Amino acid sequence: MNKKAFIYVDGIKAPINGERNLLEVIRKANIDIPTFCYHSELSVYGACRMCMVDVEGQGLMASCSVAPQPDMKVKTNTAEIRELRKIAVELLLANHEKSCPTCKRSATCKLQDLGRKLGIDKVRFKPINKQQPLEDASQVLVRDPNKCILCGDCVRMCAEVQGIGAIDFAYRGHDVAVLPAFGKSLDKVECVFCGQCARVCPTGALTAKSHVQEVWKALDDKNKKVVVQIAPAVRVAIGEMFGKEPGTVSTGQIVSALKILGFDRVYDTCFAADLTVIEEGSEFIRRVTQDGALPQFTSCCPGWVKFVEQYYPEYLDNLSTCRSPQQMFGSLAKKILPDDLNVAPKDLVVVSIMPCTAKKFEAARPEFLRDEIPDVDYVLTTQELGQMIESSGINFVNLQPESLDLPLGFKTGAGVIFGNTGGVSEAVLRFLNEKLTGNTQDNFEFTEVRGTEGIREAQVTFDGKTYSLAVVHGLGNARKLIENIKNGSCRYDLIEVMSCPGGCIGGAGQPISFDSDTREKRTKALYEADKMLQLHKSQENPYIKKCYDTHLGEVGGAVAHHLLHTHYKSRKRIHDADLSLMASKEAQQLEIRVCVGTSCYLRGSQDLLHALLCDIHHSDLKDKVDVKATFCFEKCSQGPVVRIGDKLVTSATLEKVKEEIESQLRKRQ
Amino acid sequence: MPLRKFEKVCEIINTYNKDKSKLIPILQDVQREYRYLPEEIMAYIATSLDIPPAKVFGVASFYAHFALEPRGKHIIRLCCGTACHVKGSLGLLEALRKRLNLTAEKHTTDDMLFTIETVSCLGACGLAPVMVINEDVYGQVTPVMAVNLVEKIMIEENGNETGA
Ligand code: SF4
Ligand code: SF4
Ligand code: FES
Ligand code: FES
Repeated sequence: MNKKAFIYVDGIKAPINGERNLLEVIRKANIDIPTFCYHSELSVYGACRMCMVDVEGQGLMASCSVAPQPDMKVKTNTAEIRELRKIAVELLLANHEKSCPTCKRSATCKLQDLGRKLGIDKVRFKPINKQQPLEDASQVLVRDPNKCILCGDCVRMCAEVQGIGAIDFAYRGHDVAVLPAFGKSLDKVECVFCGQCARVCPTGALTAKSHVQEVWKALDDKNKKVVVQIAPAVRVAIGEMFGKEPGTVSTGQIVSALKILGFDRVYDTCFAADLTVIEEGSEFIRRVTQDGALPQFTSCCPGWVKFVEQYYPEYLDNLSTCRSPQQMFGSLAKKILPDDLNVAPKDLVVVSIMPCTAKKFEAARPEFLRDEIPDVDYVLTTQELGQMIESSGINFVNLQPESLDLPLGFKTGAGVIFGNTGGVSEAVLRFLNEKLTGNTQDNFEFTEVRGTEGIREAQVTFDGKTYSLAVVHGLGNARKLIENIKNGSCRYDLIEVMSCPGGCIGGAGQPISFDSDTREKRTKALYEADKMLQLHKSQENPYIKKCYDTHLGEVGGAVAHHLLHTHYKSRKRIHDADLSLMASKEAQQLEIRVCVGTSCYLRGSQDLLHALLCDIHHSDLKDKVDVKATFCFEKCSQGPVVRIGDKLVTSATLEKVKEEIESQLRKRQ
Repeated sequence: MPLRKFEKVCEIINTYNKDKSKLIPILQDVQREYRYLPEEIMAYIATSLDIPPAKVFGVASFYAHFALEPRGKHIIRLCCGTACHVKGSLGLLEALRKRLNLTAEKHTTDDMLFTIETVSCLGACGLAPVMVINEDVYGQVTPVMAVNLVEKIMIEENGNETGA
C-alpha cells in the first residue's frame, strides 16, 4: 500500500487523492485559486495565468498545469502573486467593454467578481482594441466580442464535449478573436445552439438571446390570454437565483410567481412528457414488431436533432418521429385551449420556461409553425424567468406555493425525471414493461439507466426478449457511440441522447453555477420529486387518458400523428460557400451546382465533378453552362446531388447529369 | 482558369492522403495555386479532411503568410518598422493609397493589379524607408518615387492589354 501523499498549502497539510493538478488539491484545501481558463470538464489550457502559485524551490507556476508532487510546499498568497493577478485582471479590464450594469452576466461574471475580490479600484492601462460589432443573427445566442477575454473555455467546450468545433480562435496578436468559421454568424455554421459555450463563458461574451420583452408585451396586452408551461428541470434550479441550494424543488413558488406576473394559466411540460412517453414507447413497439428502423433514437433534445440532421442524415429514420414535450404541449395547447379558455386562437399566447437555449431554435423551426404562427410563441430560459421575477420585486422564497392548472398541469413522476440524463429511457421503460409484460406491479424504478457516465449501457428483458439500451449525454459522446454503431462494434434497440452534460438539468438556460456538484443536486432532486408523487407511470395519468379520449383518438393515430409527431431533414453545416469552377460569359447560362458536402463527397461527388468538368470542357457546352461546387442541398441521403437549373438530380451519375443538361438546353432553344 | 485550380486542390489533398495533421502544408500548396485562400476552398478542405471549418479558418488566419483576400498581380510591400516609420514610411503609404484609390480597409485595386501590404520590418533598416514591389527592393523611397514606380507598371500593363 502506498503511504498517503500530502502537499503543504500555505503551511497547511493537504492530501493528494489522484487530483489531476495542483489547483484541484489546493481548492480542496479550501483555498479558492482564481481561474479563467480552467474548467473541470475541459482540457487544461493554461493561458490566463490567474492560477499562479509559488512552489518552493521551483518558483511561480500555473497550478492548473502542474501535477501535485508529494511534499510540495506551495504559497498561494504572496505579494508577487497578488500583483501578478492584479495586473492580469487589469489588462483584461482595460480592453473589456465595461457595460457591467447592463450586462446579462452582471451578477455572475467571473471577471467582475475577481476585479472586486482582488480590490482593483482603477485600471492602469489604456484600451487598445477597436469596438467590434455584436453578433446576434441567430434566434438563440448573442456574441459580444468586446467582452471576450480569450480564455478559450467555449472553444474547448464545443470541440471537446460537444464534438462540434463551431467556434475557434482566429487571427493573431491584437486581432485574436473567438469566431465561427470565416467570421460568419452562428446560424450560418454548424452550431446546434446547445449554449454550453455560454454556460462556461466567464463573462458576458456569449449569452442567450432574451425573449423577456416580448413576453412582457404579451402579458400587458389585454386581448391576449397567456399560458405557460414549465419544463421539469426548471423547478430544481430556479431557487439558486434566490439564494436557495441547488436541488431545492420550487414548483409551487414558480406557479405563484407566474400568476402574479400575469400568466392566465400555468401548466407543466411534464404532462407533455407523459404524452411523449406513450407515443414514443408505442412507436418503439411498432418498430420492433414491424421491422422498423432500429435503434430508435430519442428526439426530445433539439440540439441533438440538429446534430443528427447535420452530421448523420443516414440516421434520420432512426430518430423517433415524436415531437419534443415542449412542442407536443405547444400544438396541443393551440388546439384545445382556445375553446377551453374561450379565446380566439390568434389571441392565445403559449410561453415556455426551459432550462435550454436550443428550445428557442426548436420553437422557431418551420415544422412547428401553423399559418406562420409558432405553436410555442416564446421560450424563456430559467434565467430569464428568474430575471422577470427579480424585476417585478416578487419575494420568491417567501411565496405561498400554488398548484398547477388542470388538465395540462397534471403529471406523473415519469414526466418529471425527463430532465435527467437517463430519465427519458426510464420513463419509457416504465411504459414498455407494462405494455410488453402486462405487469402492473409496483416497482417502477429502472435504476440501471441512471448515472453520470457519458455513455451508459443497459439490458432489459421483457416477456423473454432482451433489449439493449444506451444512454448518452454530451454530443461528443453521441458521436463516439454512432461511430461505434457504424463500424459494427455495438448495437442497440433504444438510444437516449441529450446534448447537455447531465441532461436538461445541466442546460445552458439554467442559473449560472461554477460549483461542480450543482448538477448532481439537481438530478437528485428530480428523482426525489418523482418519489413524492402518487403516480409514476405515464400511462396512469388520468388526464392523458382523457386527452386521448376527447381529442387525440388512438395512440399513434391520425390526429396524434398530426399534432404530436414530426419529420426531419438533412441540413447544411455551412452556408454561402459556393465555389465557382467554370463560368461562361454568356448571360443565359445554365446553372449547374454539384454538391461537395460531406455526405455527397463520401459518395464520390468529387469524381463525378471531375468527370463532368472534363466532359463539358471537351464539348460545345462550355459556353452554355456555369458550374459551381456547393455545400449541401439538404438531400444528403440521396447523394451525390447535382442541381441543374432548378431541378435536383439525386443519386447522380455522369449519364443522368448529362441527360438532364441536354434536355434543359433543348428546352431553351 | 478556376477549373484547373480546383482539380489541383483535389490533387494536393490527395497527395497528403487527406491527413488532418498536414493542414498547414496543404494550405500552403493551395495558396500557391490561388495566391490566396478563398473561403469556399477552405470549406472544401475542411470537408475533405473532416475537420471543422472554424479550425481551418483559425489556422489560415493565424499565420501572416496566408492571405484570406484575393491579392493583386503586383504586391507592394511597405515597411512600417521603427526605422522606416521614422524616415517617413507613412507618407509613402498615403501617397500610394491615394494614387491607387485604396484605404486602410481596402488593400487591392478593383482591377486586381495592385495590393498594398504593410509589414513590420523587412530587415533593411539602413535603406529606410523601404518598399518592395514583387521581388524588387527599393530603398530611401520618396512618395514621388513610389508613385512613379507604380505608374510605370501601370503603363506596362496597359501595353500588355492593347498588345494582346
Ligand atoms: S451553442 Fe453549442 S454547438 Fe453552438 S457554438 Fe456553443 S457549444 Fe458549440
Ligand atoms: S467567449 Fe467567453 S468563453 Fe469564449 S473565449 Fe471569450 S471569454 Fe472565454
Ligand atoms: S487557470 Fe491556470 S492558466 Fe488559466
Ligand atoms: S452533402 Fe447534403 S446534399 Fe450533398
